Amino acid sequence: MTARTERLRLASLDAIPSISGERAAITTAFYKAQMGRHSTPVLRAMNFYAICDSKTLWMGDAELIVGERGPAPKAVPTYPELTCHSAEDLRILDSRPKTQYKVNPAVIAEYEREIIPFWRGRSLRDQMFGELPQEWLDAYAAGCFTEFMEQRAPGHTVADGKLYRKGMLDFKADIAKAEAALDFERDPEALDKREQLRAMSIACDAVIRFAERHAELAEVEASRTQDGARRKELLKVADACRRVPARAPRDFHEALQYYWFCHLAVITELNGWDAFSPGHLDQHLGPFYEAGLAAGTLTRESARELLECFFIKFNNHTAPPKVGVTAAESGTYTDFANINLAGLLRDGRDGSNEVTRLLLDIIDEMHLLQPSSNLQVSRKTPDAVLKHALRVIRNGYGFPSLFNADAVVEEQLRQGKTLEDAREGGCSGCVEVGAFGKEAYILTGYFNLMKMLELALHDGFDVRTGKYIGARTGDPAAFGTFDDVFAAFEAQVRHVLDIKIRGNQLIERLYATRMPHTFLSVITDDCIAKGKDYNAGGARYNNTFIQAVGIGSITDSLSALKELVYERGDAPLPRLIEMLDADFSGQEPLRQRLLNKTHKYGNDDDYADDLMRRTFRMLFEAIDGRPNTKGGAYRLEMLPTTCHVYFGEVCLASADGRGEGQPVSEGISPVQGADRHGPTAVLKSASKMDHIKTGGTLLNMKFTPALLEGDGGIDNLHSLVRAYFKLDGHHMQFNVVTAELLRQAKADPASHRDLIVRVAGYSDYFCDLSEALQDEIIRRTEHTAF
Amino acid sequence: MLTGLVFNVQRFSTHDGPGVRTTVFMKGCPLCCAWCHNPESQSASPELVRLRHLCMSCGRCTEDELDSPVVIDRNEDDVEACPTGALQGVGERIEPLALVTSVLRDRIFFDESGGGVTISGGEPLVQAAFVTEVLRRLRAEGVHTALDTCGFGRWPDLRGAAEHASLVLYDLKLMDPARHKAATGVSNDVILDNLRALAGVHPAIWIRIPVIPGVNDDDANIEAAADFVRSVPGIRQVDLLPYHPTGEAKFARLGLDYALHGTTPPEQGRLDTLAATFRDRGLLTTIGGHA
Repeated sequence: MTARTERLRLASLDAIPSISGERAAITTAFYKAQMGRHSTPVLRAMNFYAICDSKTLWMGDAELIVGERGPAPKAVPTYPELTCHSAEDLRILDSRPKTQYKVNPAVIAEYEREIIPFWRGRSLRDQMFGELPQEWLDAYAAGCFTEFMEQRAPGHTVADGKLYRKGMLDFKADIAKAEAALDFERDPEALDKREQLRAMSIACDAVIRFAERHAELAEVEASRTQDGARRKELLKVADACRRVPARAPRDFHEALQYYWFCHLAVITELNGWDAFSPGHLDQHLGPFYEAGLAAGTLTRESARELLECFFIKFNNHTAPPKVGVTAAESGTYTDFANINLAGLLRDGRDGSNEVTRLLLDIIDEMHLLQPSSNLQVSRKTPDAVLKHALRVIRNGYGFPSLFNADAVVEEQLRQGKTLEDAREGGCSGCVEVGAFGKEAYILTGYFNLMKMLELALHDGFDVRTGKYIGARTGDPAAFGTFDDVFAAFEAQVRHVLDIKIRGNQLIERLYATRMPHTFLSVITDDCIAKGKDYNAGGARYNNTFIQAVGIGSITDSLSALKELVYERGDAPLPRLIEMLDADFSGQEPLRQRLLNKTHKYGNDDDYADDLMRRTFRMLFEAIDGRPNTKGGAYRLEMLPTTCHVYFGEVCLASADGRGEGQPVSEGISPVQGADRHGPTAVLKSASKMDHIKTGGTLLNMKFTPALLEGDGGIDNLHSLVRAYFKLDGHHMQFNVVTAELLRQAKADPASHRDLIVRVAGYSDYFCDLSEALQDEIIRRTEHTAF
Repeated sequence: MLTGLVFNVQRFSTHDGPGVRTTVFMKGCPLCCAWCHNPESQSASPELVRLRHLCMSCGRCTEDELDSPVVIDRNEDDVEACPTGALQGVGERIEPLALVTSVLRDRIFFDESGGGVTISGGEPLVQAAFVTEVLRRLRAEGVHTALDTCGFGRWPDLRGAAEHASLVLYDLKLMDPARHKAATGVSNDVILDNLRALAGVHPAIWIRIPVIPGVNDDDANIEAAADFVRSVPGIRQVDLLPYHPTGEAKFARLGLDYALHGTTPPEQGRLDTLAATFRDRGLLTTIGGHA
């Protein structure tokens, strides 16, 4: 780091997350004046323009890349038109011990006086919960599934390379052409399309205006400063902001500033989850880097400093907090922006370049929570690049995660994308696959597999909420064979999926008709050509993903039932269910048998792994290909974020020996501690899933630092990665830390504030995690050297 | 039917030859070294152990039994019935094909890393016919094989097994015959003779020397070992394996005294000095067996 970036980094780390009421105030005033005067898309775009035109700007001392979503770093705006915090929510955010957001009492007062009264009953969330049927609400309350879009807009989207070739004025020309081509005689949707196109054009103006205001501010600052060097920098900043995003960037600096304005635009208009991501940043910047070096206007060092400034910008952007506030589903400051490295070019060649190495060095040095980063590893990725990344991983911050770029392409081809679009795609969020710049790939919520088996063992009755949630699959005493159990489990999965999807179709249509994302539509193909919004099927590809959680726990539970009840006859099923309902009270020997003497997923043991495959196939058939509302289809993913803790909390004890309320397994990792034959056995088990049929799977592994010592340690890890990817594994990520250190950090957080660990698809400060999640990570199997 | 008595199959072994390996530990050893990492491997018959730290006192075993260092009057059914796995069998009879099939599950990792399978022990030559058959089948499958031996066995057995081993890991403990006998229970004549003979027929031998403070880490022994290794033609690599007290807990579990109680692992500086003794004689030398 340079002195500048070291200072900016510290300022970013020291900034305290807070809630800014500014966006809510601008939006509320705008709606009061304009609601009913315009079509929905135009109203949304005008509101976005109003924010860009009047929000407080921030230009930090010594910054080279400029722009903040809020009035200052980590000052997080709210989105009351989507979901309006109550005064109580804000007070809890201000006072809770973990992932706290400071809230000024004036903001709470403003909320009570203006914001809440206006949005109550008008926010999208209020409308949504008014429309959702009782069966959905009951299943949701029982913890059968979660719903991403109930308080954050459809996100999980990523920029592609066109941004670096086209400015907003070019997009506006495309929009004008599309509007001119509308056929009002024969196309019944022509008017809707015109409104959408006009809205997109306004969104382009909004972000140009936003950049111009920054240029003006930089010029004012330049005229004021006594420091000649800083004056030159500020004039360069102003020059860049006059150029981009109106026109395509000319150099490395402008390319970064351009992306950053687009990033801010996407996350200012709506609070998409995940935020937004730059995609193949190294590939996009490579040509600017080479041209800058050749022209003598850029050095490796100056490029590195600009990239460091760029990284700090991500770290300044804390996730918007949710309402409901227990934050059980995802208690984190991270907003899941994720940078792809290496991978493949559109023409199929290796995509790694000098900027890849530069970025890896920066990730290693800066240790920032955000942005996340991942290396896309293809067969063509040089060993030296992968080993470079592994050495960064060894330092123990969980960055970067590793993806199988060849599998990522194959997964997308299966979904019907073109080869080139698939190669330009990659991963975002935690592990999710999409075609960058051309796809709306929406996560709709986690799905609780363990709850489905629990319902099957109770004839559809949810003991915790005291309601019939599931299908009436009959008295389990009548399940004469294991296949009967599995059939009941499948019936519950299908029944609850139907409920979820019926609710989700409604939610998708609410976003399509009431909450278009006009700026995101500008930069996502083919929204302009179709005259349709990103949220309404305008993108070239439209996939809706459901994330199944607990494949390890469900496999071990099914395995135990099959073996103990139906093969060994140790206990009849009703008796076992009684013991589970009583949380093994007085039955510790039985629980120990279940834990220690049954076949477990993660040991390369086909008895258990075949049940994993059977469950996966059933899930895939129940989900994949079902139509969504946008001309696309539902798909299956296997990832948890932190939801495995929440899903465990709402489940009774289970046949794998898990106690009531304890976390379920995460991602496609084995149950914590159930894998006893080392990392190769885990990888073999995990690879028996057909990853190509998913939109992403997540595998966590924990290694002791000793295992990865020296070149030999890196070589061994390299072999594990290459072998797993040869077997079509989708993703792997590592914690390189001892359980002992984690225990110390839990006991003494003050001395371990900077300890970053891999959670699930993202890294977080260990001390910010909930205690349940801390314990879960400590319990994960630690692979050691032999 | 040819079977072998195996007490452990360790996947992802990274210190018993090149690359990622699976190490098969055979049960039974003619030596009884005080520093043995696997004292449960010394006896050539199956036995039962009780891992007290796993025991939940479910009531199947009496308090007296639990206090006893050795397991008596218990059988395979009790092992099966033990809820936590505290009562465990050590040693499983297995046919060569079943063992080969099992270890080949990690073949893709062998392929990626240049690794393979190491047969260790115990002492593999105690079950020479079985070990030779396993090595032969693995080699026929194209897998890199290593034989990890103390060298104390019949020369035809060693020659036969080594013929199917891509690499032989050959232990040298002490050069003085009397000291060797005192430390391991046997003289080293056979071991040294076998090594000379093996070097005449086998192209890839790595010498492995456990460095046990107070037992064999003195200059005299190390220099004698280095001179001897230098004198055997064709040997290029020596691995110094620093003492580690991992065996102590296992000795206690088996009700055996641990003669090296209180011994601490050798310091890095001392290891570097010892390694230099070998390197000065032109031998490629590692500490810990990691390339």
